[in-house]
Amino acid sequence: MNMITKDEVKHIAKLARLELTEKEIGKMQKDLSSILDYFNLLKKADTKKVKSKLRFIELKKAVRKDEIVKKSSSLANNLIQAAPDKKENYIKVKSIL
Amino acid sequence: MELLDLNIKEVHNGLKNKDFSSAEITKSYLDKIKSNDEKIGAYLSVTEKLALEQAERADKIISSGKSFPLLCGVPCSIKDAILVEGEKCTAGSKILENYVAPYDATVIKKLKENGAVILGKTNLDEFAMGASTENSAFKVTKNSHDLTRVAGGSSGGSAASVAAKEAIYSLGSDTGGSIRLPASFCGVVGLNPTYGAVSRYGLIAMASSLDQIGPITKNIDDAKIVFKAISGKDNMDSTSVEYNFEESNLALKGLKIGVPKEYFKKGINPEVEKLIKNAIQKAKENGAKIEEISLPHTEYAIACYYVIVTSEVSANLARFDGIKYGFSEKSNELLDVYLKTRGHGFGAEVKRRIMLGTYSLSSGYYDAYYKKAEEVRELIRQDFSNAFKKVDLIFSPVAPFPAFKIGEKIDDPLSMYLVDTYTGSVKLAGLPAISLPVGNIGLPAMPAHAGQSGKLPVGLQIIGNYFEENKILNIASFLEKVIQST
Repeated sequence: MNMITKDEVKHIAKLARLELTEKEIGKMQKDLSSILDYFNLLKKADTKKVKSKLRFIELKKAVRKDEIVKKSSSLANNLIQAAPDKKENYIKVKSIL
Repeated sequence: MELLDLNIKEVHNGLKNKDFSSAEITKSYLDKIKSNDEKIGAYLSVTEKLALEQAERADKIISSGKSFPLLCGVPCSIKDAILVEGEKCTAGSKILENYVAPYDATVIKKLKENGAVILGKTNLDEFAMGASTENSAFKVTKNSHDLTRVAGGSSGGSAASVAAKEAIYSLGSDTGGSIRLPASFCGVVGLNPTYGAVSRYGLIAMASSLDQIGPITKNIDDAKIVFKAISGKDNMDSTSVEYNFEESNLALKGLKIGVPKEYFKKGINPEVEKLIKNAIQKAKENGAKIEEISLPHTEYAIACYYVIVTSEVSANLARFDGIKYGFSEKSNELLDVYLKTRGHGFGAEVKRRIMLGTYSLSSGYYDAYYKKAEEVRELIRQDFSNAFKKVDLIFSPVAPFPAFKIGEKIDDPLSMYLVDTYTGSVKLAGLPAISLPVGNIGLPAMPAHAGQSGKLPVGLQIIGNYFEENKILNIASFLEKVIQST
């Protein structure tokens, strides 16, 4: 089994925006290595003849006009209320500049 | 008459004949939950106020003397990943512990239009990721047939609530087996509909190319009624399609049933195999033609499934950033808000899947994992499409074994993934399938006593072609009668 390194785990965690403890990093290294090892089974599959992408559902009718749909103001209020930090009818976000 | 033993049609007739009111049956269920659920752990929240209001409304409709829908006044439970406006929806996660649903999922809207009574929200593996409900941030749901065993997952609370008579029916969701597996473990019926048959609007997403909502019920007839009520096109879910469910009058006589040889190879519990083969034999005795078929890419199904699921998970769960929903860790830097909220808010399996998906989609690995998995998915789809050229339905086990012990697999994520062996590939193809209870495995070491049956149920999986739920339900209903009569 190819072990992925601790640094790789830390890199992926950063990409995934996850803070992991040292203990979690160690466990993740072990778990990811064995699961990725199992995923490598796919290499054996002969997919040379596969052309089409997944098409089991007719997707052509799924387009719609991009337009504003009227919804009740209570829905907007409910959505805002779910945010942990808000001011009046706005969601507060930390400044990024 | 024991109120808690009635199925949907029996309740409907009882309400029609004024044998009891919706309020009465609703209170019976609420009482049962109060006295029993501490032991089972099926519910995360009981929506008593909502249930009693809905029951009162249903009783008004019923007493008006007009005809009323089959689901009117009938108490049900809902998996806690499906939004019910004004009620908490946690998805079994700490990160949504105090999240209140801002609107109704489409399936809930439809149930409400039918006059349904919602008793509460049921337990699940965190964000539906798991096969045992042990990944719930709040509690483990126990199997009512043996309290030391899991109810299955991820819709374990839903299946357990129906099995333990704490709801007449439930709505669950199935991504890789999450309706069929707990249904099989708990001895109830669970239908995973065709991808696109039921709107997912208002279902907290796990893997969008796989997620489907479906019913968990006491019997096939009930599954039919609930499926009919929730299926169909919805503008809010662009994958949903027009669907008018029509009863099928297919007979077992002359029906071609395929049995995939790859599903009986290794790792299957011999007693499970015996019960499944026995059910197949019953179909044969009633005139069905049994054909061995091959699904040659079966061995790749779990690897393929988990590459795709984890990739979609890593994208779908990016929305939990500490800004838009409930749980949020305070920090001066925006990046730290993300890192800490997600690091502290998600449980171990969710983090593992996000990590695996991020890895599979990351630069340099995309072709070897995600792209390859999409290609293998196409091969698996072709396996089924070739099979359905020869047969009408496919019979297989739902799982290689009955309900396992709590704690048995929790430290070994890969062994938990392998539970989905027979259910995951069906999802990769987007096909419908049901779990039908076909017998029990006796537990000699555990005699039956209060609340425990001393036996473990086994489910037969019946897989159909796209949008042929009617055929599945029709044949399942036939088999249900044959099996119950023996």
